[in-house]
Amino acid sequence: MANSDHIVLLDFSGSPFVMRVRLALAAKGIEYQIKEEDLTQSKSSLLLKVNPVHKKIPVLIHNGKPVCESLIIVEYIDEVWKDRCPLLPADPYQRAKAKFWADFIDKMVHPSSYKVWAANGEVQEAGKKEFIDRIKMLEGELKSNPYFGGETLGFLDIAFLPLYYWFHTLETFGKFSIEAECPKLVAWGKRCMEEEFVCASLPHPHKVYDLVVEYKKKMGI
Amino acid sequence: MADEIILLDFWPSMFGMRVRLALAEKGLKYEYKEEDLRNKSPLLLEMNPVHKKIPVLIHNGKPICESLIIVQYIDEVWHDKSPLLPSDPYQRAQARFWADYVDKKLYELGRKIWSTKGEEQETAKKEFIECLKLLEGELGDKPYFGGEKIGFVDVALVTFSCWFHAYESFGNFSIEAECPKLIAWTKRCMEKESVSSSLEDPHKVHGFVMGMKKKLGIE
Repeated sequence: MANSDHIVLLDFSGSPFVMRVRLALAAKGIEYQIKEEDLTQSKSSLLLKVNPVHKKIPVLIHNGKPVCESLIIVEYIDEVWKDRCPLLPADPYQRAKAKFWADFIDKMVHPSSYKVWAANGEVQEAGKKEFIDRIKMLEGELKSNPYFGGETLGFLDIAFLPLYYWFHTLETFGKFSIEAECPKLVAWGKRCMEEEFVCASLPHPHKVYDLVVEYKKKMGI
Repeated sequence: MADEIILLDFWPSMFGMRVRLALAEKGLKYEYKEEDLRNKSPLLLEMNPVHKKIPVLIHNGKPICESLIIVQYIDEVWHDKSPLLPSDPYQRAQARFWADYVDKKLYELGRKIWSTKGEEQETAKKEFIECLKLLEGELGDKPYFGGEKIGFVDVALVTFSCWFHAYESFGNFSIEAECPKLIAWTKRCMEKESVSSSLEDPHKVHGFVMGMKKKLGIE
């Protein structure tokens, strides 16, 4: 790709969806500019212009053209910069499986995690159980591989890794141990954190917790 | 080697119809297996243990689930005929975005239109029309969302069109009055054999929804 690529990422620190895009860009060694959105305030005119449909982050703006929805952005990055570090497997069936589980994370795991950090009482308890049941299904997909992508980090690792960075936050708010229930997943998360590009692109799990505490306070959650 | 393709489906499902349409576009032969969703088959539970939903495509014994993922899979495996996604990465991302938009919005709003009343129904109708108008804007002056030929977004959306009669009837409104360009597009799509053979008769769908309402005790 030409050195004249101009890439902007509309970001909100701590967002697990933005983190996916940061990971994909870092995995491919792509330089980009971050524009921080403050979701506790009204949305910037840039955000409203580049994502008028959903008005959400992340948005990747590549040479002035916006791409929205985190998994769609990650797939886009994989296709444009296909010469290095492929994220999706080459085989169509394996690709479909990776997309299926990433979609599962979005449809089933994220809504449960929300109940854990943003709710309390019975709703939170139900959320905790649901969350553990659902990530256990994902854990099964690891099988005996070091990563979901096999020998190297791939699309599904990137889709899920931000939630691993949220484990400390969820455990603190939910007062439970995810490691006790899903040791293989935690081992996988620690393995991913050993990758330089991962640590360089994501805020440390304790920092994520601080960001969520601040967000909750400002939003009155 | 002859491909063995099985589709687990439920006849009124607009999601199942997407897969039927993609298979028809590619000229593929397959075995259609109708599921009774109140009494799911052991095969369905084995092939989709996570969601236990249709459609499921079983290709040479291996299951693929989630309609848009299945359509992309079909497009990739049988890439030599009637490509559904464009080749340019940015255009592909745009197509995926709009198909995802259809998924996020239309089913739930449509369901509210036939299953609720009063303010809840009115709000759903209003939002539904707004979504269709946005999609109409995306279509622009093109014959299809895919340009000169039907593409991924056309496949994602056109299957909802055989539910429009039911929505209009139970919601007491006219989609054509609000979105004439979109209705023109659905008629254009229906001129294609792959589309007309994959979509269900709107009157049959209407009868199905009537039956659902009775069963759920909704007048």
